[in-house]
Amino acid sequence: MKKLMLGNAAIAQGAYEAGVRLVSSYPGTPSTEITENIVKYDEIFVEWAPNEKVAAEVAIGASIAGGRAMSCCKHVGLNVMADPVFTVSYIGSNGGLVFCVADDPGMHSSQNEQDSRHYAKAAKILMLEPSDSSECKEFTKIAYELSEKYDTPAFIRLSTRVSHSQSLVEIGTRANDEIKDYKKDIPKHVMMPAMAVKRHVLVEERTQKLIEYAENCPLNTIEDNGSKIGVITAGISYMYAKEALGDSVNYLKLGMVYPLPEKLIKDFAAKCDKVFVIEELDPFIEEHCNNIGVKVCGKKNFTLLGEYTPEMIAKVVLNKDGAERYELQSDIPARPPVLCPGCPHRATFYVLKKLGLTVSGDIGCYTLGAAAPLQSVDTTICMGASVSAAHGMAKIRGEEFNKKLVSVIGDSTFMHSGITGLVDIVYNKGANTVIILDNSITGMTGHQDNPTTGKTIRGEATKQTNLISLCKAVGVERVVVCDPFDVKAFEAVVKEETAADEPSVIIAQRPCALLKSVKYEGKCKIDQDKCKKCKKCMSIGCPAISVHDGTVSIDPSQCNGCGLCISICPFDAIVKE
Amino acid sequence: MNTNIMIVGVGGQGTLLASRILGNCVLGEGYDVKVSEVHGMSQRGGSVVTYLKYGEKVYSPIIGKGEADVILAFEQLEALRALPYLKKGGKIIVNTQKIDPMPVITGAASYPEGILDTLEENADLTAVDAMDLASRAGNIKAVNVVLIGILAKTSEIPYEKWVETIRSTVPEKFLDVNLKAFDLGYSI
Repeated sequence: MKKLMLGNAAIAQGAYEAGVRLVSSYPGTPSTEITENIVKYDEIFVEWAPNEKVAAEVAIGASIAGGRAMSCCKHVGLNVMADPVFTVSYIGSNGGLVFCVADDPGMHSSQNEQDSRHYAKAAKILMLEPSDSSECKEFTKIAYELSEKYDTPAFIRLSTRVSHSQSLVEIGTRANDEIKDYKKDIPKHVMMPAMAVKRHVLVEERTQKLIEYAENCPLNTIEDNGSKIGVITAGISYMYAKEALGDSVNYLKLGMVYPLPEKLIKDFAAKCDKVFVIEELDPFIEEHCNNIGVKVCGKKNFTLLGEYTPEMIAKVVLNKDGAERYELQSDIPARPPVLCPGCPHRATFYVLKKLGLTVSGDIGCYTLGAAAPLQSVDTTICMGASVSAAHGMAKIRGEEFNKKLVSVIGDSTFMHSGITGLVDIVYNKGANTVIILDNSITGMTGHQDNPTTGKTIRGEATKQTNLISLCKAVGVERVVVCDPFDVKAFEAVVKEETAADEPSVIIAQRPCALLKSVKYEGKCKIDQDKCKKCKKCMSIGCPAISVHDGTVSIDPSQCNGCGLCISICPFDAIVKE
Repeated sequence: MNTNIMIVGVGGQGTLLASRILGNCVLGEGYDVKVSEVHGMSQRGGSVVTYLKYGEKVYSPIIGKGEADVILAFEQLEALRALPYLKKGGKIIVNTQKIDPMPVITGAASYPEGILDTLEENADLTAVDAMDLASRAGNIKAVNVVLIGILAKTSEIPYEKWVETIRSTVPEKFLDVNLKAFDLGYSI
């Protein structure tokens, strides 16, 4: 039976068919739906871990214990995961161990455009790269076979267009999922210098064996169309090249992008007058070709930036222009993402902006607090950095600056890596104010539960991390819970806490407006007789409020009735319908 | 030759459900199908684009400029933004609703005038107040299925097949509204 499946759902299906017993991940676009789809399979233990490092370690433990295991993350999640990943390369696998990492060329939903393939090379771990959903499933199963055969973890590299495209997948059945024996094996499992020195030798031997495998493996395929032009490519770029160039060139499609073959590439190139390497982001395959003395056209012809398109490839390789099209006459307004109508973060940023505070920001929907008209957020670096970077800022700029400085971080992000920054502030005598934007869910990635929600990924009730006790336990004595929609009270709390000479935490508590449980009565409406057109309501950047011909109005199809505009209107000109 | 359909709109308008219905419907006809979606940050009230391609064999999941046979637009400005992707002589089905993007709300830009005229001059245009039809069906959120209904009428796939797909794709409790919305679109 063939089914239309997201690449991510196909990875989950592949894991199921491969007999995987455990999946532990932290959400991150575009990787999230892999783990969400694992929930469909009762045979697999699945969880959201507090961060990627924990998730990878859980999977490593499961592998050592003899079960096939998986951990999935986005490209920047692999940075968090990197510590255990580099060392498990030495330990290898017992039950097959696979890390799925999804890159985001074009940065649809990311803070950078890093290329994960460098990690495969740096950690000496094989990496497969599928091109569509069918390959997602098949490559996942192959990854487990390779992981066990070569005693290694394996990477599967995805990109947004593979993860978030649906294509046809043949559904199969689950393989034997019996776990392997666990044996105490100190030289293999305890990575202290004397053992690691010996394991490193084995890692280098393993890479040589995998290079031999790469020369003949079914994942690396040649399509000889009798052309004098050759294209070496992998992943989604193969699909773009096929669409653009059809059968007019020869292809070497690399399903395994680390380690790369030498002889296979040399033999392929020898039959061509000209060879193009087509790969998004960094010249990873190109540099390998250069190293083995194969002359190729790569990044001199193609960009290092963003996503590729078939049109771009046809232009470079065949000098062929794209289809005739309408050209937009002038610049039309962009439509950047915005905080949703009813978003609790809007109230928080309204107050922080009003108080003129410097805002050390973090990763989540609330990064959008940097967008006009709120433009409240000053910095965004990575998960957790709002807390620790603010500590650094305060130490440089002093006490007065610190009284006008706050960190903002979501509940899930705080559990991910904000708590360690808070420990640092307390331990090293900081006096920062940290605002935890507790919206009862992991929002940006599409509503995943986390340790503060009291539910597991399967929706089962579980122990809930108490943020107040947690902050108090690390030594913060001032912890205040406040609803940001109670604008006046929230403003007073922020003033008081930033003025304090000790660390403080404000838990700004109001659930995400998109949660099904959140229902506001009625829609907001402007009473035109009372409206003085001061446009204060426009300053909160609610997408439902706009002004046409001088008249301010609220679009009922967008308004969710949260009433924030009602609380800030100085003339009581906004009412509920 | 593949058939290329683009679904464009504003995050939150329900474009993903539209692409799921379309995808499942053409799949049942035995075609190779690829659908490329947008998840994550760009979904939050931003421009969203879904590509749907079907035919004997589909490679790239994305549609290039000048290559779309049909653009299903949930909002006027998004229809205009997508116009360069339309094949010469291609079809645009647009919901006449206007949603101001943030740069227009803040006054940094203005909403373009005369979009429907530009679309009319450059495409085989069907412009419909789909929100009105959706509210007549019982829920303004059913704009997506109204538009699918209009598209269905122009396709070779039989009515019954569409209805069957909606039945298998849409959650039970929204089924009646969506079937009504589909019929209102289909009978335009």
